[in-house]
Amino acid sequence: MKVALFIPCFVDQLMPQVGVDTASVLRRIGYEINFPGEQTCCGQPAFNAGYWNDARPLAERFVRVFRSAEAVVCPSGSCTTMVRNFYPELLAATALRDEARQLGKRVFEFSEFLVKVAQRKDVGASFPYRVAYHDACHALRELRLKQEPRQLLRNVRGLELVEMQYCEDCCGFGGTFAAKFNMISAAMGEEKAASAVAARAEYLTSTDPSCLMHIAGILQRQNSPVRTLHLASILARTEAANELDSRTAASGMAR
Amino acid sequence: MSNAASEFLRQAVTKSTDLGHRHIIRQGIDKYNEAFERGRARFFNWEAAREQCREVKSEAVNHLDHYLLEFEEKVKARGGHVYWAENSEEARTYITDLAHRRGVRTIVKSKSMVAEEIHLAPALEKQGIKVYETDLGEFIVQLRNEPPYHIVTPAMHLTRGDISALFKEKLGGVDTQDPSELVAAARIWLRRTFFAAEMGISGANFLVADSGMIAITTNEGNADLGTSLPRIHVAIAGIEKVIPRLEDLAILWPVLATSGTGQPITCYNTLIGGPRGPNETDGPEEFHVVLLDNGRSELLADAEQREVLNCIRCGACLNACPVFRTVGGHTYGTTYPGPIGSVLTPHLRGLDEFQHLSYASSLCGACTDVCPVKIDLHHHLLHNRRNAVNEAHRPLTERVAFKLWRWAAMSAGRFSFLGAVGRAALRVVYAVGLERSMLDPLRPWTKDRAAPPIPAKSFRSLWRKGIGTN
Repeated sequence: MKVALFIPCFVDQLMPQVGVDTASVLRRIGYEINFPGEQTCCGQPAFNAGYWNDARPLAERFVRVFRSAEAVVCPSGSCTTMVRNFYPELLAATALRDEARQLGKRVFEFSEFLVKVAQRKDVGASFPYRVAYHDACHALRELRLKQEPRQLLRNVRGLELVEMQYCEDCCGFGGTFAAKFNMISAAMGEEKAASAVAARAEYLTSTDPSCLMHIAGILQRQNSPVRTLHLASILARTEAANELDSRTAASGMAR
Repeated sequence: MSNAASEFLRQAVTKSTDLGHRHIIRQGIDKYNEAFERGRARFFNWEAAREQCREVKSEAVNHLDHYLLEFEEKVKARGGHVYWAENSEEARTYITDLAHRRGVRTIVKSKSMVAEEIHLAPALEKQGIKVYETDLGEFIVQLRNEPPYHIVTPAMHLTRGDISALFKEKLGGVDTQDPSELVAAARIWLRRTFFAAEMGISGANFLVADSGMIAITTNEGNADLGTSLPRIHVAIAGIEKVIPRLEDLAILWPVLATSGTGQPITCYNTLIGGPRGPNETDGPEEFHVVLLDNGRSELLADAEQREVLNCIRCGACLNACPVFRTVGGHTYGTTYPGPIGSVLTPHLRGLDEFQHLSYASSLCGACTDVCPVKIDLHHHLLHNRRNAVNEAHRPLTERVAFKLWRWAAMSAGRFSFLGAVGRAALRVVYAVGLERSMLDPLRPWTKDRAAPPIPAKSFRSLWRKGIGTN
């Protein structure tokens, strides 16, 4: 099966390492991957802010860009949700309605694809640290992915998975919410950061880079030793890579 | 920005940074969550119970005209009065006029969010009538001259110490920190008012159509005293409270109790169908039911959001909401706070004035997951945002920003060029230490959190150079 990468716009621009690591894990387990270069933004920022008329052309564009893909993999539960759960409603009155619905069934969040489609819980990764998993809202409550990322993490050599209290609570990112209601967003982020610290995690990971960008920003301002790293970046680490290059600990969103 | 929106923002800043407040609420909700979880586990199938409640309420809401008329007919047949109030003013006037005509001086009131919605108590007090809240939590917030903080637990923001100090100040002679002594003090104090009152006002958790009865649920029995001792009983309820059949309570009562407090069943569940009958020994001489519309029939006409009328006011969505936990119930400035309030209030009080509540959410969906009647709460917040953009006033800068975003993202070339320019600019700004300053374009972000490290190359340019391709 050939896999098309759907790299969210802010990952493309601000967290490219997450995309690189996603590609590297998929390739390691034997997938041929391509990156449709015409992709930009799925339209979620406009859609979530209520600007459905501005989101719609971007959604239509997305459907056209990915229409021939056999499977699409995205390192974000949130952007996957946009396509799978919200496109049918957003494009309900357009000619692309049915095609969007069909495409939604072929778009997978990264951990979902590994566990459910590739049927691989062990991707040969090694990461000898204490790691807590933050349940990103869209992955958990829109895509119903609770065990998949944990199953993958449990199979990483040397990794100790710890559960934090309130792991299912929202971190407070919420897209434009983070800027419009920054005081609420920051307070929620502080609670999440405190949970990670209380769990004595060395790394906090998740399926959603946006949550991690927000939590990392909070942790950094607190001078916290807890680092954040996207699930793909953890799974991209192999024993060979750990030995070769301990410097990669600073890759992705690590601090 | 509307007045309500700027007041919300002002309060939100204060409350978000009030660690003491956050701690009290967190503790309260942690306890609730434990009980709620135990409560759900008692159900053979909680999801099936939710689905059944949703079906019962949807049937009622979809045939509201039929069931309300059936309810009215049955109440009248037993000698009760039913008054249809189109808005708050009509409801207030009916009750204040009735109190005036019957020479009422003292009223005991049990918990009713609809009474809060129409500002009933202040209207009665204005007529010189004393209104005593008899629910313990409501009694406490009334003594503090505050609206309820939460629709089920109105005084959840107060500690034992706060209540002790309040009682010491307001109820002469009470000086204790002991919870049961504090409750006893309130009970003795309130007992006098039950005997003095000529009118009892209650809400109704359900209006049972096939039996013409109202169902009231309390943990303190205060509604039972308040509706049987005074000679007049007035019940007030929103029109969406009707349910088809008495037997529907077999599922609604336990689900309401579990979602509200985690209890298997609330302590007192009472059905009242009319005034005292000829051969009965207790009950009021007069029984009035006020059915309030106040915008609900407009919501009924909205096919997309009609299910919001399924709400049984259990408060579960408030407890699940991280925004509620952060800003607290009073910050909303609405009768109904939390997710259900953010969805409902724009319908009841105007989209333009209350659209900000739809935006004051991270859309995390925790509310929808706990709602016992399966209202798609966080998606209705999205719908309200869409309605706000289409029908209400939004800032011009925001409208322009999304047009520009769309324009940029409609071409991969434009998108990557503008992205590269933006990143280059940010790298300069941050290299010279201007993060968080007025010159930082990401200031709305960096005010509260560090900026991410800005990469020199985007993913697409790395991909083109072959990084990640092998």
